[in-house]
Amino acid sequence: MQEASIRDYAIIGDCRSAALVSRFGSIDWLCWPRFDSSSLFAALLDPIRGGRWSIAPAEPFRSQRRYLPNTNVLETAFETDTGTIRIVDAIPIASEEQTFRLLLPEHEVVRLVVCTRGEVEVETHFAPRPGYAMKRFALRDRGKLGFWVDMGSKCIIFRSDAALSIHADSIAGRQRLRGGEALRFSMSFSSDAPAPLPPLDPWVRDSIERSGAWWEQWIGRAKYEGRHRDAVLRSALLLKLLTYAPSGAIVAAPTTSLPERLGGPLNWDYRYCWLRDASFTARALFGLGHAEEASALVGWLIHTTRLTRPELRTLYDVFGNSPKPERVLPHLRGYRDSRPVRVGNAAQCQIQLDVYGEVIEASVRFIRAGGSFDSETAALLKDLGVYICKHWKDPDNGIWEPRGIRLPHTHSRLLCWVGLEGLLELHWKGHLRRAPLELFKQTRDAIRREIELHSWNDRLQSYVRIPETEELDSSLLALALYGFEAPSSPRMRSTFDRIRERLGADDWLFYRNRALAAEGDGAFGICSFWAAHYLAQGGGPLSEARDLFEAMLGLANDVGLFAEEIDPRSGCPLGNFPQGFTHVGLINAALSLHEREQGVSVTDDRASRSDAALEIRG
Amino acid sequence: MSVASWLLWGFVGTVILTTIMAGSQTLGLTRMNIPYLLGTMFTANRDRAKVIGVGMHLVLGSLFALLYAAAFHAWGAAGWWRGALIGLVHSAFVLVVGMPIMPGIHPRMASEYQGPTATRQLEPPGPLALHYGVQTPVSVVLAHVVYGAVLGGFYRLA
Repeated sequence: MQEASIRDYAIIGDCRSAALVSRFGSIDWLCWPRFDSSSLFAALLDPIRGGRWSIAPAEPFRSQRRYLPNTNVLETAFETDTGTIRIVDAIPIASEEQTFRLLLPEHEVVRLVVCTRGEVEVETHFAPRPGYAMKRFALRDRGKLGFWVDMGSKCIIFRSDAALSIHADSIAGRQRLRGGEALRFSMSFSSDAPAPLPPLDPWVRDSIERSGAWWEQWIGRAKYEGRHRDAVLRSALLLKLLTYAPSGAIVAAPTTSLPERLGGPLNWDYRYCWLRDASFTARALFGLGHAEEASALVGWLIHTTRLTRPELRTLYDVFGNSPKPERVLPHLRGYRDSRPVRVGNAAQCQIQLDVYGEVIEASVRFIRAGGSFDSETAALLKDLGVYICKHWKDPDNGIWEPRGIRLPHTHSRLLCWVGLEGLLELHWKGHLRRAPLELFKQTRDAIRREIELHSWNDRLQSYVRIPETEELDSSLLALALYGFEAPSSPRMRSTFDRIRERLGADDWLFYRNRALAAEGDGAFGICSFWAAHYLAQGGGPLSEARDLFEAMLGLANDVGLFAEEIDPRSGCPLGNFPQGFTHVGLINAALSLHEREQGVSVTDDRASRSDAALEIRG
Repeated sequence: MSVASWLLWGFVGTVILTTIMAGSQTLGLTRMNIPYLLGTMFTANRDRAKVIGVGMHLVLGSLFALLYAAAFHAWGAAGWWRGALIGLVHSAFVLVVGMPIMPGIHPRMASEYQGPTATRQLEPPGPLALHYGVQTPVSVVLAHVVYGAVLGGFYRLA
């Protein structure tokens, strides 16, 4: 079995869980029943011990893959010297009406193998390793009812019309397929007995068709008609896949411990929901016309933040609870020996002041899209504003979450300013009554003065990451993206030039900052998309914005997916994969580009906000 | 026979039985979900099936209490241990006789011998319902013994 690299993976999912499928036909990552559950397959993090489910030709092959148009259903074609097979992979998803009518497994992966040319011997290897390869299980052959992976209170049911048998702790078999012949596979999860066991034919094919139709109708609601439609729709499909449907939360990525540096220790668990991502994600979803998902996300934010009000944590699980404490799994060797493998994320204990502004800003976008709040939510938002007024000068861990050190970050203060601006806009629009307006206005103005005086470096002619220093950071582009500075202002243009000079990894890629680049990190995908977004908003010529954006698109893998980072030397993805935030950046940059191309003002948000501020000032 | 006592303690006993079975599932002793198993006789929708199943189970449990009450009257006395004994026999019947014939009763349940078909797609329970987890018989016996004990302990003959 060939060892896949990050770029060799594609994702399938059902808005509750996700699997990574390699171009070699192997499902190497799957956590059930939800994104942050323990793994059933983790060959991604340990090819020997982690467990996998592979289906591929027994002889040497070349593979090519794609998503079926406008879906999250994956099709991989394997070509050998004797013939060709196609494998279609899906985690089925169904409409409400179908859920009502059909007896559906709780969770399922279906795989359909069809021989389209010649003859191919197909090899199947099913090696479940539940509980991050630590949980004991029993394999049982129940004949026509399939194979049972008995884990006590839960079980996995593995069924196929291929000839398979148990070999120690795995299930394996080979079968020769001729043109037109097919094999069907289903793996389902059951915590409720009796488990549904629909007959494989036509269930597998029907599930794939049903899922494809569901994804197609969902993406059909996207309003974007620009020139980068394929990339934007792929990103939207990914965001939807990473949404936990029962709560509306969106996980940052479906994986843990894919390294930011090969062989290094910067391996984190991203299967949680970061408040930071909220406002940009809400902007992307509302911008694409997916108001339902955006509203669900804001609903989750509001519900979640109530639990710790008025203090906010950095990240939460899909139901708004604190994840279990971070721990290391020493028995897994890590992706390409990048140890340690961690589950849980200690960043939940950090102080990050930007999250207050993010939550408020997402709520403002919800209101701009026609939403409304109840009085309790308005009171919560007001409390967040008061918290900002008390704490905006405090040092924090900042957007990039370095562990240990707390500093006064310009980006965090910017988001405190954004939060107060947002609250004033909400008041102006009648959604926030009985708020301490004078306090909000005075603090907002004080934050602006502080940033303009102390976060601006005359010698560099640039804003800086930490006040009174010369440190640059790509997150300073947010000054324009959030409307603190006009994109075309001399200060912003000059800041962009300095960032490009000093943090540019090549013509298109940007490091976060020099402190982290020096450690050998990759360049951050979101930073490049911020740069494209900034240029599209008026920071530079349209052609420059488009060139940067299209160069970035060229760095996606063959099915259009990005990780968190990109190695500037090899162009290979690094870090957890696929990363929702990078795709959020892609969508927002594409929306801005399209608006610029159409001659639409791309500063609508700022305009309305300024009007609001003027009204209040008046 | 005291109808009020039968209805009241039959209902209370069934509530406790249902809670013990659900608790056993939550604690990981079994995958068996009795409301889901019963409800899927009438609908394929998972959520709706569980609601229907809870209602069915409460009604059936109360009806079964009639047999317990009849036994108490035949004995001329109730009492918790008499109830528990009947509960033990009841659970043995459910496990040894009731579960294996489920595929013949349940319109959506597959047979061990024929595999799933288009209309029969649910996993059969197997002997002693062991397919739903090796500790399933333990939780079924415990739940029925407690059911019987509650009924026997509180039922009034007159």
